Amino acid sequence: MSEPPADEHPLTDASRKAAERRIRNRALTIGISVTPFGLSFGAVSVEAHLSVVQVCLLSLVLFSGASQFALVSIIGAGGSYFSAVGTALLLGVRNGLYAARINALLRPSGWRRFVMAEVTIDESTAMALSEAPSGNAARAFWSTALSVYVLWNVSTVIGALVGNALGSPATTGLDVAGPAAFVALLAPRLTTLRMRMVALASGLIALVTVRSCPSARRSSSAG
Amino acid sequence: MKLWLAVLIASASCAALKLAGFVVPARLLESAVARRILEALPVTLLSALISVSVFATGNHLMLDSRAAGLAVALILVAIRAPFLVVVVAACATAAGVHAL
Repeated sequence: MSEPPADEHPLTDASRKAAERRIRNRALTIGISVTPFGLSFGAVSVEAHLSVVQVCLLSLVLFSGASQFALVSIIGAGGSYFSAVGTALLLGVRNGLYAARINALLRPSGWRRFVMAEVTIDESTAMALSEAPSGNAARAFWSTALSVYVLWNVSTVIGALVGNALGSPATTGLDVAGPAAFVALLAPRLTTLRMRMVALASGLIALVTVRSCPSARRSSSAG
Repeated sequence: MKLWLAVLIASASCAALKLAGFVVPARLLESAVARRILEALPVTLLSALISVSVFATGNHLMLDSRAAGLAVALILVAIRAPFLVVVVAACATAAGVHAL
């Protein structure tokens, strides 16, 4: 990877402002697109007999939508705690892999690593990588992390307290907000034939193998 | 009590997994092989995430309104439509097809 340092891109004031605006708008769009899943997660968790404090703890500390959904869905369906935690962990492995990539890209040190680790998820990683060529990876990472962290936690609390007022994400089409955003963010990375083949093969392998995986996720995508 | 344990263990270990990527020694990330793998990793993971969240429900493959949304997103990305347009149009398409 040859991420050019920011100073190799002599940005004019106008283009820097444009980049800042673009990143802010995208981060906000992505944050808003996770809220239906947050509402749904809060509501599903309470149905699975988790307390509001436990639900909030999951969103504040575990902070990874797929793992959180897996955990409470399995508990709610009467599965063992062992398989619930195990499935959440398996789904969480990818965040560790994202973290290695973000680590190589942004090289945080000291306490920053701990904060950065906590908010390393699909959304922040995809945004950081899509802005790497423009030298704005760090700004993209933190903006997206902040937006998703705040809106995910707020929507989780609301979902837990008042239930899912929006209804199923499928009704509003918001179940494709995540995939659509990731397609848009990934596309600029797919400039070489090798990367295109990697993307295509990964998508197909995931579909072939998903059929033999234990069914855990009631909802998908978010974080 | 057991529920609390499950919540705490899952939270702590998922947070630890994220941290693991940040405590890898720098020299391990710098070899040519590591670089190639690291570059491809997020592309792999996000592509898998996209295809599973669009074409699967639980562990069943499914072709429904989400596929229509994804198709619209792909077309709009190909013609370089703005990010917000891609996301909103994909959602609107999926919602429309879902309502049919």
